[in-house]
Amino acid sequence: MSTPGTADVIANGSLFSTYAPPQGAYDEVVTADGSFRPQWRQFAAALESLGPQGLGQRWEQARRMLRENGVTYNVHAAPRGTDRPWELDPLPLLLERSEWTSLADAVVQRVSLLNQLVTDLYGPQTLVSSGVLPASFLYANRGFLLPCHRTRVPQDLYLHLYAGHLARGADGKWVVLADRTQGPTGAGYAVENRIVISRTLPNDFHELHVERLAPFFIALRDTLLSLSHRNRDNPRVVLLSPGPRSATYFEDSYLARYLGYTLVEGGDLTVRGGKVFLKTLGGLVPVDVILRRIHDLDSDPLELRAESSIGVPGLVQAVRDRQVVVANALGSGILEAPALLAFLPAICRHLRSEDLRLPSALTWWCGRAEDLRYVEQHLERLIIRPAFLYRSSLPILGWRLNQEERERVLAEIREQPELYVAQAPVIRSTAPVVSGSSLQPWHVGLRVFACASQGGYRIMPGGLSRVSESAEKFGESMSAGQGSKDVWVLSDTPVESVSLLKTASAAVEVRRSPFDLPSRVADNLFWLGRHVERAESIVRHLRSALVRMTTDVAPGGLRELKLLISALSEPGESKFDAVDYVQEDLLDELSQEIRDFLFSENRPGGFYQTLTSLHGTAGIVRDRISVDSWRIINQLDLDILLPSPLARQRLGDVSLLLNQMLNLLSAFSGLATESMTRGLGWRFLDMGRRIERALNTLTIAGRVLTREHPEMTSLLEAVLEIADSSMTYRYRYLTTLQLAPVLDLLLVDETNPRAVGYQLAALAEHMRGLPGDSTEPMRTPEQRVVLAAQSMLRLTDVEGLCTADAFGVRTHLVRFLEQLSAHLWHLSDTLTQTYLMHTANSRQLGLPSPVAWS
Amino acid sequence: MKYLVQHTTTYTYSETVPLCHNQAHLTPRDHSWQRCLEHDLRVAPEPALLEEWSDYFGNRVHFFSLELPHQRLIVHSRSLVEVEEPAYPPAAATPGWEEARRAVQDPQQSDARIASQFAFDSPYIHRLETALSYARPSFPPGRPLLEAALDLTARIASDFRYDPVATCVNTPTEEVLAKRRGVCQDFAHLQITCLRSLGLAARYVSGYLLTDPPPGQPKLIGADASHAWLSVFCPSFGWLDLDPTNNQLAKARHVTLAWGRDYGDVCPVKGVLIGGGHHTLSVAVDVTPA
Repeated sequence: MSTPGTADVIANGSLFSTYAPPQGAYDEVVTADGSFRPQWRQFAAALESLGPQGLGQRWEQARRMLRENGVTYNVHAAPRGTDRPWELDPLPLLLERSEWTSLADAVVQRVSLLNQLVTDLYGPQTLVSSGVLPASFLYANRGFLLPCHRTRVPQDLYLHLYAGHLARGADGKWVVLADRTQGPTGAGYAVENRIVISRTLPNDFHELHVERLAPFFIALRDTLLSLSHRNRDNPRVVLLSPGPRSATYFEDSYLARYLGYTLVEGGDLTVRGGKVFLKTLGGLVPVDVILRRIHDLDSDPLELRAESSIGVPGLVQAVRDRQVVVANALGSGILEAPALLAFLPAICRHLRSEDLRLPSALTWWCGRAEDLRYVEQHLERLIIRPAFLYRSSLPILGWRLNQEERERVLAEIREQPELYVAQAPVIRSTAPVVSGSSLQPWHVGLRVFACASQGGYRIMPGGLSRVSESAEKFGESMSAGQGSKDVWVLSDTPVESVSLLKTASAAVEVRRSPFDLPSRVADNLFWLGRHVERAESIVRHLRSALVRMTTDVAPGGLRELKLLISALSEPGESKFDAVDYVQEDLLDELSQEIRDFLFSENRPGGFYQTLTSLHGTAGIVRDRISVDSWRIINQLDLDILLPSPLARQRLGDVSLLLNQMLNLLSAFSGLATESMTRGLGWRFLDMGRRIERALNTLTIAGRVLTREHPEMTSLLEAVLEIADSSMTYRYRYLTTLQLAPVLDLLLVDETNPRAVGYQLAALAEHMRGLPGDSTEPMRTPEQRVVLAAQSMLRLTDVEGLCTADAFGVRTHLVRFLEQLSAHLWHLSDTLTQTYLMHTANSRQLGLPSPVAWS
Repeated sequence: MKYLVQHTTTYTYSETVPLCHNQAHLTPRDHSWQRCLEHDLRVAPEPALLEEWSDYFGNRVHFFSLELPHQRLIVHSRSLVEVEEPAYPPAAATPGWEEARRAVQDPQQSDARIASQFAFDSPYIHRLETALSYARPSFPPGRPLLEAALDLTARIASDFRYDPVATCVNTPTEEVLAKRRGVCQDFAHLQITCLRSLGLAARYVSGYLLTDPPPGQPKLIGADASHAWLSVFCPSFGWLDLDPTNNQLAKARHVTLAWGRDYGDVCPVKGVLIGGGHHTLSVAVDVTPA
């Protein structure tokens, strides 16, 4: 502690001079007498030299980086639209080495204890028979998995990864509020926070000797590799996620990529012959270790919870037969029961003959008569929580209840007391959060992580700090007024100067066989390819129309424009088909139609919806997309590129937007072409693009070129633009625009990368690279479809297609285009059936009911 | 008494099933008045895996999986069981029901501690206010446990109508209580709900009952069915088996398969499958003195 008058005191007019932490709570930065805590002196001086503005800029920079990296937390657990950007404060939480060391030791003791405890509960149950833990703790608790009792786990290791939710009380001591032992989340966000903050504050990061996170993950990976029952040299580890609807899907895919594991969902795995396999395009691939992010009860619909649709039927039996290792072991969830906190000190003495070093929040379990009496007398000072199923309902704050409500709550508790715990509230410490150009004291939570390593536990030096504006709103999940901080553990000496990123990429060690791609992922990549191509085609189409609109429109040009814009919709569905507008109205209507097609959320097949689908599929396969590609996809957002409703009214701005979109889409395609390995993932992405591109060309030709039209030349020009083939045409035919050469260029020409013929050739090439029986002499059904389409194109007489009937309709062309489209749709269906068909969801057999009587 | 039990469960699917995983509780367990002399479980088509282990309650369980496309699944179990006439204490000699409640609510003895697991809610059974009110008249203060429990058994047998179409396996006890109809499983669940709501420990028993053909007619093969009843925990005397469907204590005509907290723990066959379209289920049980 420093005395006033030294340099540690906060100077007037400085960044911290208006920072006023509330009374009664411990502040992480400033002591009660107004000086900096030791670990903050150097850092605070550095911040001071940045100034409020500099800090504001860092803050903006951090936010932009997070947005571009697409770091999200899915609040309402629905696909797109509800992902909240991850909020990160630029000021880390600083912890001194000496304090950290003793905290880390205490956490390690706690995790070791929890592992002993769960080993006992699923084994001999000495804690229950000796009376340390009441039998009712097990039996009233749905989290105790009966089918997993006496299932031996390798090395008696239940907990491979642990997260503890900590808070620092007013006395400056850390306490545990909750233990997370099933699929603990947050470690991935900690890494992401670290990457962003270490780039935002690079100098301080190095000067303050901040401990690195990467070695922790290397240790976790080594542990998981050591678990495999068989295949010890090269075990396959997968990360089992609840899927894109889960709140932390971002983190699931992030961790999978970071650790080099295949990201899977329950439906990607299957149990055959008692072993677990991954369903890939190339067939079933055995799985040795599952790092799970799903809850115990959801893991196996056969033996655990029948209603689960995200588990793997037969998994418990595979674990029982020691064919697969699940980390954390099935059953570990029982350790999350808040009721356990009331018994931990006694359990620690019983199992380890030592005192618990890291205390929990004071907890009373109403299942014990004396605890219930205490709760009845002190309800107004306590928080009531479910004793077992932690997340099932919100805590009740005793001091918020009136007399009548208190009585009602107590009556409910007395009915089944074993289902409730009461906890004493912890006055969380505060730390400064950048808000505009000032610092506000927010309440702090610290999530620490430990992983099993070489017979013991190893703690992540750092962690994830959660901050909240209001102490009471400190909920379990991210919501408004909530954010996060990086956590820096300051070392006394310079830390090993490995770049975090270098270490991170060293942690990634991908060993995928060429056909090792989950069918579900291939499906999504295929559709991502289609959506990207579709988006590009729409943008070109709109841009071509817009260019014609912003130049002077001649009377004849208006008819052409009308046709061009009608061609955005299905034939017969455009409002311009029937109605005759006067010229001025028509121009307004047409430009409104363009805006509508671009921005309206409800326009079926419109650009907004196409982008939504694009983001949806991209989100599902984001662990398969490079970080740069992902950044591009995040920028493909109308609300980011052109948020102003006013600007959306201006054709000039819209035109600019379209150019930006086109650049981003081209950049995405460029990255896919240049940076994706030519594995099956790339093939399916590219097949999606090829099929979509061919279909788009056929569609636009069908809608614009199949009738005689007085402005044919101009229409041909527009179609060439949309198909991005104007230059090739001009180069080849100079300026004479005629239907037959245009059709030849767009349909038949196999050297034009935009032509249908070129797409078919590319598809034929892809078919040869798909997994299949190479000894089979016959062509596969999909090869036959491609060949049929190719023959049709190659044999066609382009001149003949151009002739029109008495009504001005080019009937041959219409039929030709329809047949080609039909072939492509057929190809898409065949591919889906052969490779991408999701095996139907599993379901329960009907249960036989006993009905005897006499 | 020795019995030969044959139990065949057949699932027929409208569409092919490429994969299914199943669990069966079809092996009669041993207990103080029953021994399983022979047991044989056959699955058709041939399962890719068939394994046996003992569950948390000590029941024998089979796990099997079918991994080739099939449109029908047959599980056939054949058991030879020896059952003795169980000896029950005179009802009036059993301890007061409050003492039985105390024993499981604050267990001191290891048998009571183990029994206490059957005093809480389980997936199919939740303690209910309505069940408590229904049970109360049978449980005046100080009444011997077995006397009170038998009185409740008799009331259920007379108040409720046996009706195989009124309920299904998932019908909640509240509904059974309101409809006053159901099958043996419902009555067992109901009485367990009543006993647990009173604070007592009660477990679900799955098994068979030897039935007699109507007078003058030959016994039909497969005319029997699987049966369900319950046990209540009584200090000093252990578990006492009550059959509310037939208003009696379980006797040597009751063949025990397995016990658990409720039907879900010991259901004879369950499974998770892919595909299959609609399926029909048929069960044939035959219990004959051997």
